Amino acid sequence: MNAAMFIQHFLNSLTLGSLYALIAIGYTMVYGILRLINFAHGEIFMLGAYFVFWGLTLVHLPWPVAMVLSILVTAGLGMLVDQIAYRPLRDAPRISALISAIGVSFFLQNVAIVFFQAIPREVYRPEWLENPILMGDVRVLPLTLFVPLLSFFLMMGLVYIVYRTKTGLGMRAISRDLETSYLMGVPVNRVIAITFGIGSALAAASGIMWALRYPQLQPIMGVVPGFKAFIAAVFGGIGSIQGAVIGGLVLGFIEIMTVAFFPELAGYRDAFAFILLILILLVKPTGLLGAKPEDKV
Amino acid sequence: MLKVEDLHVYYGGIHALKGISLEVPKGAIVTLIGANGAGKSSALRAIAGLVKNKKGSISYKGKDISHTQPVEIVKSGIVMSPEGRRIFPHLSVMENLHLGAYSRSDKDGVEKDIKWVFELFPRLRERQEQKGGTLSGGEQQMLSVGRALMSQPDVIMLDEPSLGLAPLLVKDVFEIIREVNRQGKTVLLVEQNAFAALKAAHYAYVLETGIITLSGKGEELLADDRVRKAYLGG
Ligand SMILES: Nc1ncnc2c1ncn2[C@@H]1O[C@H](COP(=O)(O)OP(=O)(O)O)[C@@H](O)[C@H]1O
Ligand SMILES: [Mg+2]
Repeated sequence: MNAAMFIQHFLNSLTLGSLYALIAIGYTMVYGILRLINFAHGEIFMLGAYFVFWGLTLVHLPWPVAMVLSILVTAGLGMLVDQIAYRPLRDAPRISALISAIGVSFFLQNVAIVFFQAIPREVYRPEWLENPILMGDVRVLPLTLFVPLLSFFLMMGLVYIVYRTKTGLGMRAISRDLETSYLMGVPVNRVIAITFGIGSALAAASGIMWALRYPQLQPIMGVVPGFKAFIAAVFGGIGSIQGAVIGGLVLGFIEIMTVAFFPELAGYRDAFAFILLILILLVKPTGLLGAKPEDKV
Repeated sequence: MLKVEDLHVYYGGIHALKGISLEVPKGAIVTLIGANGAGKSSALRAIAGLVKNKKGSISYKGKDISHTQPVEIVKSGIVMSPEGRRIFPHLSVMENLHLGAYSRSDKDGVEKDIKWVFELFPRLRERQEQKGGTLSGGEQQMLSVGRALMSQPDVIMLDEPSLGLAPLLVKDVFEIIREVNRQGKTVLLVEQNAFAALKAAHYAYVLETGIITLSGKGEELLADDRVRKAYLGG
């Protein structure tokens, strides 16, 4: 393998890893705050991609506008899911909310089948993302620069919200001690709703960029990336945002690089995530950055 | 100011408070003493809005607050420093104080009150960037009281502030309570340390397994035979 090829693989890894990381953040934030695994998160990712498709084909919006609108609509949808499916179960045993999450996941998949039909759809990609740039003898797809860069900015925005704003302080408080957060006057339900909104917005961004990278939409497109991102979150230490980012990137690199260096393993690509999951559960069940179970976000 | 009438609290089948009534006048230190499990925390948690399953009336400044959400209760001017202090160990002293002020939106006022809390507790100023979890027990108690004060309360409820502290620090804590009261805050104090609490309090209630069995001025109860036998070691 020459240097040019390696750079391409590197950028591809970074791209895939960023997409996993953005989804993983949503899993980890919701888990950190509610100890709930939001199984519907992969469907949120899928709907984010479809909303852009709608914006482009039905309303003929320009790309950036369609993207921003889709992210906002998806954020609202995530908050709605919380209000309808999880909030009434806040005081119920945790397994109830988990079952509700699985229900929402199937429900959203089927809603997507009704509205968008099960046939895969092509996504229009703007040309400036398609045409490779030549840097010396390295051919770089603009997309493989665009995705990591946009992801990076989104993550910086997230860090700002979590560590520099009042709402972020509320999130960090709730994730540690719900009852005392109430006593401090933290509007708990509002902060939880915002958490769902942020997680869903990031998943939508990921779904949209995923659709640019692998330009086909299907109602089940969120299942496998959702599962892998969940594994990435567990690997990084569920509840830890930094862990989710690292987990996502590690998974992206493992998938791309293994196939690059051992092309004969390409058929097992989807299994890597699960091997990673088994390994981390055996060696360090709390994940890379996961401390004690109560030490989250 | 704060008035509780015929308050019942239930946990599943457990009837933890069986109709207690008490009154906290403006500017006073009122204490609720009793053995472990008597229902002291339940009473405070019910007032703070944390207990859903309750009966009876709780009124504050003439308004019924027995169905009010915890956030609104904090906004209305009643705050609680919970049993065990419940500092956020992963957040800095400063962040813990800002959390106490979460219900406020007057930024300047919050900054001013942080200065005020640091004047009350100079130790906290020194440790402002340290994580709450690294503080000693006494410092955590100061932070818990300081954090509660950050909401600009009229009434501050303290659940066993002297719990687990060395005797010397216990003295400090009661001095803090008197000081907070001198600064104009009404105090509802829950304690197992009956002697110190009765000495500090203007008025006191004795709680036994969910029922108030005695009440009176602090110094009266200190002299009461029944109280001396049960809580003051003869
Ligand atoms: N969350 C709870 N679930 C069930 N029982 C509880 C709960 N909290 C308190 N109790 C019971 O209610 C009674 C009063 O408890 P509490 O108010 O904590 O008393 P105190 O603060 O005086 O020690 C005790 O018998 C206790 O076991
Ligand atoms: Mg108690």
